[in-house]
Formats: sequence, C-alpha cells, structure tokens
Amino acid sequence: MTAVQTPPQAGPGTAPVRRRRRPVTRGRILLHAFLVITSLVFLFPLLYAVYTSLRPYAETAKYGYFSLPRSLTFANYTHAWQQSRVLHFLVNTLIIVVPSLVLILLLSSFVAFGLARFGVRGGKWLLIMFTAGNLLPQQILITPLYQAYRVWDDQNWVVAHGAFIYDTYWGVIAIHVAFQIGFCAFVLTNYMQTLPHELTEAALVDGAGAWRQYWSITMPLCRPPLAALAALEFTWIYNDFLWALVLMNTGDKRPITSALNNLRGEFFTDNNLLAAGSVIIVLPTVLVFVLLQKQFVGGLTLGANKG
Amino acid sequence: MRKPMLPNPDEPVLPAAVFNRRLFLGAGAVALGSIGLAACGGSSSSGGGSSSSGNATGTVTFGSNASDDVPKKAFQATFAAYKSSGGGDVKVNTVDHNTFQEQINNYLQGRPDDVFTWFAGYRMRFFAKKGLVGDVSDVWQKIGGNFTDAIKTASTGEDGKQYFVPLYNYPWAVHYRKSVFEANGYQPPTTLDEMVTLGQQMKKKGLAPLAFADKDGWPAMGTFDYLNMRINGYDFHINLMGGKEAWDSPKVATVFDTWKRLLEISQPNSLGRTWQEAAQTVAQKKAGMYLLGTFVGQQFAEGAERDDLTFFPFPVVDSSVGADAVEAPIDGFMMAKRPQNGAGAKHLLEYLGSAEAENTYLATDSNDVAVHKAADTSKYNALQKQASALIAGAKSISQFLDRDADPTFASTVAIPAFQSFIKNPADAASIAKNMEAQKKSIYQS
Amino acid sequence: MAVSTTGVPTGAPAPDVPKRGGKRSAHRWTRRDKFVLALMIGVPTLISVALVWVPALSSVALSFTRWDGIGLDSIKWIGLRNYREIFTIYPPFYPALWHNLIWLLFFLLIPTPIGLFLAVLLDRELRFTRVYQSVIFLPVVLSLAIVGFIWQLMYSTDQGLINAVLDKFGVAPIDWLGNPNLNLWAVLIAASWRHVGYMMILYLAGLKSVDPALKEAAAIDGASDWQTFRYVVFPALRPINIVVLVITVIESLRAFDLVYVINGGRNGLELLSVLVTQNIIGEASRIGYGSAIATIMLVISTVFIVIYTLNIFREERR
Repeated sequence: MTAVQTPPQAGPGTAPVRRRRRPVTRGRILLHAFLVITSLVFLFPLLYAVYTSLRPYAETAKYGYFSLPRSLTFANYTHAWQQSRVLHFLVNTLIIVVPSLVLILLLSSFVAFGLARFGVRGGKWLLIMFTAGNLLPQQILITPLYQAYRVWDDQNWVVAHGAFIYDTYWGVIAIHVAFQIGFCAFVLTNYMQTLPHELTEAALVDGAGAWRQYWSITMPLCRPPLAALAALEFTWIYNDFLWALVLMNTGDKRPITSALNNLRGEFFTDNNLLAAGSVIIVLPTVLVFVLLQKQFVGGLTLGANKG
Repeated sequence: MRKPMLPNPDEPVLPAAVFNRRLFLGAGAVALGSIGLAACGGSSSSGGGSSSSGNATGTVTFGSNASDDVPKKAFQATFAAYKSSGGGDVKVNTVDHNTFQEQINNYLQGRPDDVFTWFAGYRMRFFAKKGLVGDVSDVWQKIGGNFTDAIKTASTGEDGKQYFVPLYNYPWAVHYRKSVFEANGYQPPTTLDEMVTLGQQMKKKGLAPLAFADKDGWPAMGTFDYLNMRINGYDFHINLMGGKEAWDSPKVATVFDTWKRLLEISQPNSLGRTWQEAAQTVAQKKAGMYLLGTFVGQQFAEGAERDDLTFFPFPVVDSSVGADAVEAPIDGFMMAKRPQNGAGAKHLLEYLGSAEAENTYLATDSNDVAVHKAADTSKYNALQKQASALIAGAKSISQFLDRDADPTFASTVAIPAFQSFIKNPADAASIAKNMEAQKKSIYQS
Repeated sequence: MAVSTTGVPTGAPAPDVPKRGGKRSAHRWTRRDKFVLALMIGVPTLISVALVWVPALSSVALSFTRWDGIGLDSIKWIGLRNYREIFTIYPPFYPALWHNLIWLLFFLLIPTPIGLFLAVLLDRELRFTRVYQSVIFLPVVLSLAIVGFIWQLMYSTDQGLINAVLDKFGVAPIDWLGNPNLNLWAVLIAASWRHVGYMMILYLAGLKSVDPALKEAAAIDGASDWQTFRYVVFPALRPINIVVLVITVIESLRAFDLVYVINGGRNGLELLSVLVTQNIIGEASRIGYGSAIATIMLVISTVFIVIYTLNIFREERR
C-alpha cells in the first residue's frame, strides 16, 4: 500500500482541525476497495440468512438453498411472527432488560462514585472483586444460584407473602444486575477518576452533600460512558439465555431468546422459517446498535486532541 | 464479552439535549413501571396443597412439552373435550420440547404445574424415587383395567405404586418405501443375515441400504437396544440399562460386533447428519431402509409419499431369542408432588387415562398409537394399524435407552461412547471398558 | 475491563483513587455523607457478593461432593474423587482442554491480528470509516445462538451453501460439522467472524490513545509506516494488548453457545463449558462432577485474571 499522508495534528490549545479535502490518491482507492470487499465478506452470512428467509420452503426444498429465486415472499416472516409469538416474548425481554439496565447503571455508578471520588480503603480490591466476578463463566454460578432461589422460596414467610424469586422476572433481573455491575463499575470508576476535582470542590464549598455531588454534578458529566454502557448492556442482556432458562419455569414468561426454540419443531425444522425468525429477533439489537452506533464505536475513544 | 472504555470527557458523544437527566428519569419511570409489571406477573399464588385438596372440577395447571403445532392442537382438543364432559379448566404452560426436558430437574423442584407431560420407564422411576412426583395409584385403581400389564409395569415405580398415566406410544421399526421394494423385487428380511444380504444388493444398485444419522446422539441408541434385545434377551437388556450388568461383558461385546456388520451397510458420515435429513434420503429414494420410531412419517409428504411408507420389525438375530421384544416408548403424564389442585389433577388424569381422551388426541395427532385397550382404532391410517399390531403382539416392551437407563449415564456416557464407536468400530473393547468404569461411578447409590 | 489511565495528558498528575477522603480539600464528611457513601458502595457490593461470589465459591465447594441436585440433604462429601475421575476415566475431558487451547491459539493468531490490522486501516480520517466499522462490528451484537444458526446454513452437509457451491465445481460434499477433524475449525471461523469486530473496536480505542506526537516524531525521523507501527505504535498499545489478551483468553475459556447450538458439543466440538453444562443442566444431574469441571475452568481463568489485575496495579502506579 502506498504511503498515506497523516493529517497534521492540532497542538494543545488550538482549535480542532477541520477535515481537509483529501486528494484521491491511488492508495486511497485501493484502501477503500479493500475495505468494501472486507465489509461485504463480513455481511455475507447475514445477507444469506436474510435471503433464505425470503424464499418459500417449497422452493428451497425443490431447488436447494443455493439457487436463484423464482419467487420471494414475506410469508416466512408472517408465519414466524405468529408462530413464535415474537411480540409477546419481546415484551418479556424488555421487562427484563429495562429494569436491569437502569439498576445496573445506577448501582455501578454508586460504586464508581464512592470509589473514585472518595477514598475508600481497599477500594482497588473492591474493584478487582467486581471485575473478576464478571469474568466468571455463567455455568459456575448456575446451580448454587438456582438452589438459593429454591431455598428462599421454601421459607414459610416467603410463601405466606408470595415473595417468590424463582420463576419471576425479579429473580432474573437480580442476577443480571449482580453479574454486570462489575464491568460497569470498573468503567465508570476509571472515567470518574478523570473528572476534574475543581467541580466537586466548588460544590463542597457550597455545602453540597455526597448525594448532591453524585446526582447533580458527577452524573451529568458521565453521559458518554453511561450511554456506551447502556448500549452494550442492552445487547448483552438481550442476548442472554442461560439465566432465564434455568431460573424460570413458565414457558410464557421466558425472554426472546427462547422464542427461536418455539420455531424449532420437535420433528420438523423449516430453515427458512427459522431464518425469518432469527432476523426478526436480531432486529432490536441491530436497531439499538445503529441508533447508538457512536456510543458503541466512536464514543469509546479518546479525542485525538488530548495530549 | 468485555470491552475497555476509554473515557473522553472532552468529546461529548451526544448532544446534551438528547441524553439528559430527564431522559434518565424517564427511563427510570419506565423501569419502575416494568418492575411493577414484573412483580405482578411474577409471583404465583402460595403453594402447598395436599393431593386431595382442591376442586375436582376447578382449574388444573398443565405443564406441556408439546410445543409443536400438531401435538399442541391435539392437547387443546383433548382439554376441550374434558371440559365438555364435566371437567374443569386446564391452564396449559407450554415450554418448547428441548427446554422442557433440559429443565426437568429444576422444574420439578420449583413449583411445577399440577399435571405435566413426561415419559415412562426409568426416567419416571428416577423422579418417583426422589419424591418429586405424586402417587397416582388411586387413579390406577379406576383405570388400571384398560391397559396391558406391560404398560402398567412401565407406569409403576420401584415401590410398587403407580406414578404415571400413559397417553400413547409408538414403536421403533425398520421403515422403507413399498414402491422401492416392489420395484426391485425386495422382500422384507426376517433375520439379520437376510437384512445384510439385502443391504449388499441395495448397495450394488446405488441405494444406501440403511439410512443412519447420529448427529444428535440419541438415534443410535435404537440400534443398540434392538441388537441387545435380539442377542441377549429383554431381561439382560433391562438389567444392563439398570446398571446391573457389565458393559465390558462378552455379551455386550457380541452386540458391538454384530453392530459392526450393520455399520458396513449403513450410511457413512452419520455424525454430521440429523435424523430428519436421513429420513429425507429415504423419502427421496436415495436410501432403502431406516430404523427409527414411527414419527419418521412426519418427514414424508402427506398423501402418496406417506402412504408409501411402511415398516418391518427389527429382524431376528438369534432364533432362540426371537423377536418378541419391541421398543415402544410411552408418553404420558405425571402429577406434581404437591399440586395446587390435587383433586382436580387426579380428575384430569382419570380422564386422560380414558379411551375418549386418547381418541380425541390421536384424531389430531396421528403419529402415534393409543395404549388404551378400548381405543378406537378404526380411524387409524395404515402405519398406525401396523404399529398398533406390532405393539399388541409384543411380549416385552422397552422404552429406549435414554428412558430405561439412568439419565446421566445416557447423556454423558452412552451418547459419546456410541459416537466414538461409530467413528472407530475397532475400538469397541476399550469403549465398552470405559463405559463400564463410568457406569460404576454413576450408578452407585 | 477498561484500560486504566492511558490517554491522560502527559504532564498532568496521574489521578488515582485517593487513599483518604478528599485530600485536596479540607472538607470533613458529615455523618450523613458517610452513611450515604456506605450505602452507595455497600448495596452493590452486597448484591455482587450474594449473587455472584457466594454461588461461585459454593460451586467450588460442591466440586468435592456427590450430589444429584435434588434436595440439599443428599449432598455427600467425597473429596477429590470427582477430580480423579475427570482426569482418568472421562473421555471428553482431555479433548475439551485441547479444544479450548486450540480455540485460544486460533483466536490469538488470526482474528486478533486481523482486528488490529483493520483498526490500523480505519484509524485515520477516511470517508465511510463509520460504515466499515459498523459492518465489521455488526456480528458482535448478534446472539451466538443466531450466529450458530446462520453458519449452519452455510455448513450443513446436505443443504448448506458451501457444499452447494462446491457441488457446482464437482467437489463431493464435505461433512463440515460431522467430521471431528474439520468441525472445530469450521466453528472457529464462525466464532472469528464475531471476534474480529470485537478486537477491531478494542484496538481502535487503543490506537486513539496513542500520542500522535510520537507518530509525528517517527515520521520526521524518516521511519516508514511499518517501522512506525512496529517500534512506536505497537509498544504504546501495551495496555490495550493486555486487555485484548485477557478478553481473548476469557472468551476462549467461556466459548459455549456456538458448539452447543450445532451439535450439543460432541464429536470434536467438546469444550470445558459444554462439559459443565452437560453434567448440571438437563436430566443428567451430576452436580459435583460438573462443579469440578467448572472449578478447573475457574482455576485457569484465575491465572489470567491475576495477570490482568497485577498489570492494572502496575499501570496505576506509573
């Protein structure tokens, strides 16, 4: 690849560089060509699945999946939508995801605030404990967790008040929150450490207590990581299936990751139908990704004019 | 799935107006609303009724693994008939087939539905022994006369009490297309030698003799079961399943040796093929015979193709043993240990054990055959009639390896062992030895 | 996991977690403040300990028992027997270890460098760079069950795309998923499809934190692109490399969904996480046995977690 010019960097204190019109060198064209091809290669499996989902089953049974389309149809989508009851399960998923997300961000920002802005002895170890907890494989937790839920549910006062946690959304939300707090706490702690102390000092002089400092001053400054974390956590919680598999009993309450199973017959599997179902199920995450793309991708970076 | 976050306070990523405190609070309100919704939808009513309390015609909860369209509708019809014959409402909790089975341990220890679908055999006795399911012997007092002894034995726990009410069963047999046999002048073989010879003939014609698929791990168990029963007899087979015989014994070695002969006429690459794909090769006339349960019919198009499907029983291997054992798994129902509505559950089970229930169910789901002595067989299709006759003539009925053996053994030992054997038949001896070592570890009480 | 203090402007004092409260101000914390802070830190800690650490340590304890998961009173202490059996008579164990190792090496040698390469390409002012990044990152937001399904459409012996294309060239169908010598590689390609985007994003973030003045200085000194990368940029990526290493290791150890969806994790696709699942979820109920395998996974993970945290400490002290 021919050498590519690097743009002049702004020194500290100067205004940010405006994007210059770049000469269309041969190097650039090659670069773009390479990237376009790479992108297509990456998109291909997904596009193929979408293609499969648009073809009627009779046609692919006859001509095979790798064939030119004689007709395209949305029938698989309507069928998948109805048979897998996607909307119902999507609502289930949202009932799990949204509270989990809010609680995770809230609680992890609490920890981050406490650790970053105020000295806590052993704060580093606490942070390590949180982070390490997130690196554990889910299978290690699952059986004791289930048994803990079951034992709780057996207690007399729990039965008397109906405060069950097994087979409830609350039970699944709880483990999601506990599991994901670690990562978010770590990220937010690091971020809050970089916030200038002058702001909080000014607030202190004004007599603001800890909560005011947290809610009114620090949190509004944390929008970038909060947004990025919200986007990421949405995807991760949405795509999880193990917690709900083990901690729920009622088929109807399980989240959307179970919906795909409803399309998989015990005896008969229609790949076109499954493809349509899969596309429907990934749409929310893709949507969140597209809308918050800057947070996923661009927002996680340091500005070039730092340093 | 962790990603590093490099904070950048200097580069705001969202215009401030979009993600501000109001939005956060708004999300919080949504969250609280969802939490409220979760709390409402979450807890069920307090549990713990004894099995005789409750209203016989009140609501009964029913846990179902019938997530497929056809069985789901069949159950709906059955419960509608139950209601119109004086029963109560049945609230169905459908979980997809695989998940239901995967979660059964947790399901039973949690708060299971009053009545739920399950299978006969060791798989049932295992839970009965653990005290996780309810005793339905009093229901059997009323319905016992309608079933053969073999069925009753399969429904009985180790303590002599009944824990299971059957609904239907289906046999495993060697399926083939009539037209293919007729066109080539083949006769259904009655002995294993005849089947091997037939297989060689088919090979010459370019027809895969025995369709074979074991990607999911369990289909190969059918072959093992039948070979074991035909060579060593039903009792030895059941004892082997129960952990009372050794896997590295010469008797089992004979079974593996005989299986090697069958492997020579079986489809290659079976570990990458699902049974549905194998069935389709039979439908497409690319393979001649297929040992599977009669549910294989679902892979054949309705009409001429499915009518062309028939089967012959697994052939005799040792004439002194004969072929009077049939592998015919029974599906049915069990009751929770502490159902919410015990009286209702038993009332429902009594109905489900009746000919009327079986007729209603099978009218919609025609892939199986009834177990009730007085069930209406007039509407059976040809395959069902054959299946019914086969089971009726059987002296002993086995339930399939993963229902007759300890579940841990079946899934963690038998499946990988059979797959290893299929890949390397010459390793049979060392595979069997390892199976025995693991069996000892699993079956000790 | 985050890169700790990279990107802090040079010359500014590195911020750290103050050892004692507010050492820059003379403020004294009110009792109320202390209470609020205690709650803010204490409640999440309690939740994390109760729902994550207690179960994790319980699993370790359970690995020394024999238990079928039904009723707490049937737990029987048997010492190291589970471990002995796993290491001696459990056929899938060594293949699983080996496959996890292959998984790790494959990830380190192929998708990770590709991700770095793409990140370097995209870390410049380029039109459509966002589009390229999004497309390559897209597989990361898909659930692995769906990734498994999509790739089975490609790999299926009778109905898959790859064999159909090969058929047009007269090549006999290859049993991608059923042949134990091939299927792990087939799955690794599907997994890499996802891993590349993940690595690319990490490296993009890391590259943005490299001080551009360093690159300028190298360019002025006459270094070529490759030399600049090798001697200036790559060493500066050390913090992000640690993160990448740890993530890759953890992902390789935890790999589960893809193989489970394809064939339940058998016949060449055995992995440690699958073995755990096979023993504790489903009708098999060898909780002690499964917990022992899980503990082995935990021990292996701990080694890398320790490496990572030690490194973070060292970073912060710099």
